[in-house]
Amino acid sequence: MSQVVAYFPLILKGMLLTVEVALLSLLIAVLLGLIGAVARLSKSRIARGIAGTYTTIIRGIPDLVLMTLIFFGGQILVNDIGEKMGLDYIDVDPFIAGVLTIGFIFGAYFAESFRGGILAVARGEIEAGHAFGMTPLQVFSRITLPAMVRHALPGIGNNWLVMVKTTALVSVIGLQDMVYNAGLAGGSTRKPFTFYCVVAFLFLVITGFSDVGMRWLDKRYSVGVRKA
Amino acid sequence: MDIQVIIDNLPLYLQGLRTTIVLVISSLLVGLCLAIPIALLAASKNKWASALPKAYIYFFRGTPLLVQMFMIYHGMGQFEAVRASFLWVIFQEAWACALVAFALNTAGYTGEILRGTIEQTPYGEVEAAKSCGMSNAQIYRRIILPSTFRRALPAYGNEVIFMLHGSSLAGLITIVDLFGAAKIVNARNFVPFESFIAAGLFYLAITFMIVWGFKKAEHHWHAYLRPRES
Amino acid sequence: MAPAQLTPYGNGNTIKQMRTPRVLLITVVICIAFLAQAFAGDWKKIKVATEGAYPPWNYYDKSGKLVGFDIELAKNLCGRMNIECEIVTQKWRGIIKGLNQGQYDAIMAAMSITEPRKKLVTFSRSYADTPNIFVVRKDNPLASFRSPLEHLTLDDISPAEQAALDALINALKGKVIGVQVATINQKFADAYLGEHAEIRIYDFQHTVDLELYQGRLDALVGGMAYWVPIIKSEQGKEYTIIGPQMTGGPFGSGIGVAVRKKNQDLADMFSTAIDAALRDGTIKKLAIEWFTFDTSAPQ
Repeated sequence: MSQVVAYFPLILKGMLLTVEVALLSLLIAVLLGLIGAVARLSKSRIARGIAGTYTTIIRGIPDLVLMTLIFFGGQILVNDIGEKMGLDYIDVDPFIAGVLTIGFIFGAYFAESFRGGILAVARGEIEAGHAFGMTPLQVFSRITLPAMVRHALPGIGNNWLVMVKTTALVSVIGLQDMVYNAGLAGGSTRKPFTFYCVVAFLFLVITGFSDVGMRWLDKRYSVGVRKA
Repeated sequence: MDIQVIIDNLPLYLQGLRTTIVLVISSLLVGLCLAIPIALLAASKNKWASALPKAYIYFFRGTPLLVQMFMIYHGMGQFEAVRASFLWVIFQEAWACALVAFALNTAGYTGEILRGTIEQTPYGEVEAAKSCGMSNAQIYRRIILPSTFRRALPAYGNEVIFMLHGSSLAGLITIVDLFGAAKIVNARNFVPFESFIAAGLFYLAITFMIVWGFKKAEHHWHAYLRPRES
Repeated sequence: MAPAQLTPYGNGNTIKQMRTPRVLLITVVICIAFLAQAFAGDWKKIKVATEGAYPPWNYYDKSGKLVGFDIELAKNLCGRMNIECEIVTQKWRGIIKGLNQGQYDAIMAAMSITEPRKKLVTFSRSYADTPNIFVVRKDNPLASFRSPLEHLTLDDISPAEQAALDALINALKGKVIGVQVATINQKFADAYLGEHAEIRIYDFQHTVDLELYQGRLDALVGGMAYWVPIIKSEQGKEYTIIGPQMTGGPFGSGIGVAVRKKNQDLADMFSTAIDAALRDGTIKKLAIEWFTFDTSAPQ
């Protein structure tokens, strides 16, 4: 028991990193998701083709394979480019690689949620915006986007929960998140089960807090919607 | 790109492909067998009966598969009692740990899918069965379960793909599955692009086959939902 | 921005303007002095790079102080050479590039002397030689294995060494051996044992250790400097070291000081100082202090 307590600060430090990775990936995923959703709904065939390929790759290849590919492959790519530009050896930071990969993967899932949300926005609201003399960008940012959030929220919440769990994979590329630190602590105390249990519990804690947050968001974005 | 490395290591990849497929299919089968009782209990109106399966589902869906797998692979050896008993014969083997972890995990997800579908069974179907004089067990066996399986098909298709992708974690515990093969090729030849892209293409191909298979199955099992062809 | 600053003379900072040439002059003089030194090979002050993350060789202790075998020895050698040394830390990846770009003049960071590295830098003679060994659990049948030779150098294998190698391979036939990825241990295991034993490659050293502890591995290949302190501690009471102490071949030929290719003179100075430190037992004393056993290179 005292061993678990001794390593608890290390695990908590890892938990902080887990949350950091998840939040930063969320930011990237939402941005990519919005671009992806607009591309999939656009009239341009090229944009739709690119967005479609993106979704297919993400849905077809395991996260773990993508992550190792981006981390180890990215290392070589960055240094090949760097060498040609006469730069010194560049270390691909596992933090950046991890955040980019998870953001990139979940961008595709968010695009799907956003697309559904945009399609669910009442046509009349958008027409009203146009009739008001708003530019297409204004219509998107002032009407479609806020109205879409309510419809997309269940999907967003679900994606977020999956994403939090996916952050566990960054331990594979050596990022010291709570799973990696549980491995270290479990190795030196020879009590891996105990530490992985603690980490599993902490994941449930993050999920629990997310649930509360999601309910709050749902209430906020459903203002003015009557529910039976 | 150095394709020669991949060609030279093709037997290793094919061995990995076989392991991946065997691992995924056996995990899915065991998982499905576990999922049916879990779903039936979780869907029960008796709070005491549904509490445990609901907690099971909550745990396995709420924590990363990676952590679950490590809990079994690295964790079981923590207990002297396990290492001293016959259990260690099983848990010493990485593939057995992976199989147990994957099966328990997919049982949680599949259980939740089935629970949702059972609860949404149109009541008319049950009512009709009752009026025919079927017993409770008969209603479950003849009406609720077949109808549930049919309606759960699309969601289960997604779960199969998730399981395929999740199975790549096996490569992290010394199993030579597709990802494990790619890792070995990279470790011996320093070709991250070639090795992991090759594995990615294999996964992509299997995913396509699963999607195609489920489309066929839906076409068959959902035939009664299609407008009649004239 | 104030318009006055846009004109070349109008910033009014006359004091600075007057001082600039003098500072410049001094700098130039110093630079010339340094360059002259460098060309003459007359070293007065050098920068030595280390990694600072590889205990017990070189690392930051709990109070944030850079300590370790490399650090102590660097200070000692610099004293013998009568050179003032500044020790700087640099990430392991790119440490050779930094040397060749002139960010520092020497590397002392537990760097093994290997053929690929010799193409990029010049090494001094070796100051330490930490053999690699097999570690097994005491309750594993392998624990009773005795090698006919205590030391095994994998370059220019003599008949006796070949016999020892064969005995080793024979004992490990069909066993499960663990190594960390991208290490000299993996290179050795792949090259010498790949066809005879099952080699398992792990991402992290702590996983290899745990696997050995739980008995999934029969043996692991590791550095003696890393394992001897562990085995002497409470933590390692279940383990024992077997087989010969292996050097050479994939393991390289000892640990040396790396300098730029053009600075052969500096390498020679280090070699002379190392010879002296080996002779008077300084290196042995430091090794026992940091590694608990003697890692001195053969004199």
